[in-house]
Amino acid sequence: MASPTTSAPARGAAARGPGARSSPTRIRRHAPWTPYAFMAPFLVIFATFVLAPAVLGIWMSLHDWDFLLPSRPFVGLDNYTALFDSTSAVFEAFWHGMRATAIFTVASVPFLVAIPLGLAVLLNRRFPGRTFFRAVFFMPYVLGVAVVGLLFRFILDPNIGIVNGLLGTSTPWITAQPWAWISLVAMTVWWTLGFNTIIYLAGLQDIPGELYDAAKVDGASAWQVFRHVTLPGLRTVHLFVVTITILASANMFGQALLVTNGGPGDSTRTALIVMLTEGLESFRMGSAAAMSYLLAVFLGIVSIVQVLAMRERRPRWRS
Amino acid sequence: MAVLTRPEAGPRPAGPAPGAYLRQGMFWLFLLVLTVIFIGPIVWMFLTSIKTNPEATAVPPTLLPSSPTFAAYEGLLRLDGAYPVLRWFLNSLLAATLHMVLVLTVASTAAYALARLHFRGRGALFVVIVSTLFVPGFVFLIPNYLIIDRLGWLDTVWALTVPGAAGAFGVFFLRQFFAMLPGELEEAALIDGANQWQIFTRIVLPNSKPALATLAVLSFLSNWNDFIWPIYVLFSPERLTLPAGLKLLQGAYTTDYPVIMAGAFVASVPVLILFLFTQRYVIEGVSRSGLKG
Repeated sequence: MASPTTSAPARGAAARGPGARSSPTRIRRHAPWTPYAFMAPFLVIFATFVLAPAVLGIWMSLHDWDFLLPSRPFVGLDNYTALFDSTSAVFEAFWHGMRATAIFTVASVPFLVAIPLGLAVLLNRRFPGRTFFRAVFFMPYVLGVAVVGLLFRFILDPNIGIVNGLLGTSTPWITAQPWAWISLVAMTVWWTLGFNTIIYLAGLQDIPGELYDAAKVDGASAWQVFRHVTLPGLRTVHLFVVTITILASANMFGQALLVTNGGPGDSTRTALIVMLTEGLESFRMGSAAAMSYLLAVFLGIVSIVQVLAMRERRPRWRS
Repeated sequence: MAVLTRPEAGPRPAGPAPGAYLRQGMFWLFLLVLTVIFIGPIVWMFLTSIKTNPEATAVPPTLLPSSPTFAAYEGLLRLDGAYPVLRWFLNSLLAATLHMVLVLTVASTAAYALARLHFRGRGALFVVIVSTLFVPGFVFLIPNYLIIDRLGWLDTVWALTVPGAAGAFGVFFLRQFFAMLPGELEEAALIDGANQWQIFTRIVLPNSKPALATLAVLSFLSNWNDFIWPIYVLFSPERLTLPAGLKLLQGAYTTDYPVIMAGAFVASVPVLILFLFTQRYVIEGVSRSGLKG
């Protein structure tokens, strides 16, 4: 049993002749069922927890599916129309949540894109300790939202928090708007900025050095280099970062639950909090499933619009 | 002009350019300030956890504890306490480890088939799997709760470990890596009569250690930190994972900050240590995820 593999490297080198190149298709590689055997463990889990729920969710959203009740009558699109009917019970909570999620997304994405981009440019040069600083800026990201939430609830406490202590102020960081939004955005930037920074850094390293040399020869200023070499070179990466950042911000849940607890008032009760409360606390799962699909459709539209908008910018960048 | 002819975009030559020292100074000062901002809150979490509560809530705050005490940890680390943080810690460790092993197993076998075996429907299957990467995860929460309930997995470790392993990321990530491996070794082994399982376990896996390590760390971290799912599928206080337990702790000890910060610190230490030793793999994995476009 051991011999085929232990001798493989030596024979591999020998077999790498010109004849071996055309032969692969001739070798009988495996039994017809072998690939399916390799796929099976993943496919079982994938079918159960990704494909089945995707279908089940649609099915649930078409029923008055109360987890605690035996009868779950078919209601057609009622769960969806209720979300657009201002007299329904769910209308206000849902759109209030959508508004909160939209505010957070619009407020956080610019910072979560611009700051990591700047930081990546800063770190993209050779200086001692570069790897160390890269790790430092990424470090908060490995902490969970529960840890970060508890930590900032304490740090930002209006009465005893260190932030007000250091600033000598008594800013109501979590008990009044707009401070609550500022706090949630700031802590999210602190927590997740390393992720986008790393992606931008990888993108920067893919920009050919000759472009920078050419710009230097042309006497371009640092800003011109950034504007006409760095930004166009990061176009694809930029598109990716903006897309995943919008998606991540739209998923905002833990920070609002643990730091502001949806408050002050209901102002930071995000769409995800509303949806999960409806589905997994009130157990009106059909309605919650409809909410989740509507939110997903919104995100899909936002992503498409954003991809199209950023494509249009391309000629200007190239000029 | 001499500078312009230098081909590399490295650090400035050490020549006495006017303002260079000032610039260097600003650069390092800026990095120092950022470092304090990024490490400061984590240090503050630990410092608070070893203070007494009156000191932790004193105005103005003291930087260092005047008489350090581990009292906040003592209550948390008892297995039979009302808030058994040590048990939550062990639960988290078990769940994250199981999840990691499961992800590595199912993702690597599937990725191997998709990258290196030929079968009908391979392309379509890959497209279906990858396209689920673009579906936001919250869509699956409600129906998966129902599926977990039907399986009788609510309030068990299986609810924490198995559904997450259906994610497409691991398969996609490993498939890209496996597909780049040179085919010669595999062909030589085939000629020598090795079967696909032997090629997989003795050639492909040993040559993919960096990718496997990256996926192992990322899946451990994401399971350890998962918050939304555990707070809904777990009920029994003794079965919680740390993130779900911390939420309970925050609700119970609203004003006892040393205890809350001690709990948060206990949840942070393993991932910080893990990151310290594997940051190369983590950062590699994250930067590669950005290049898939």
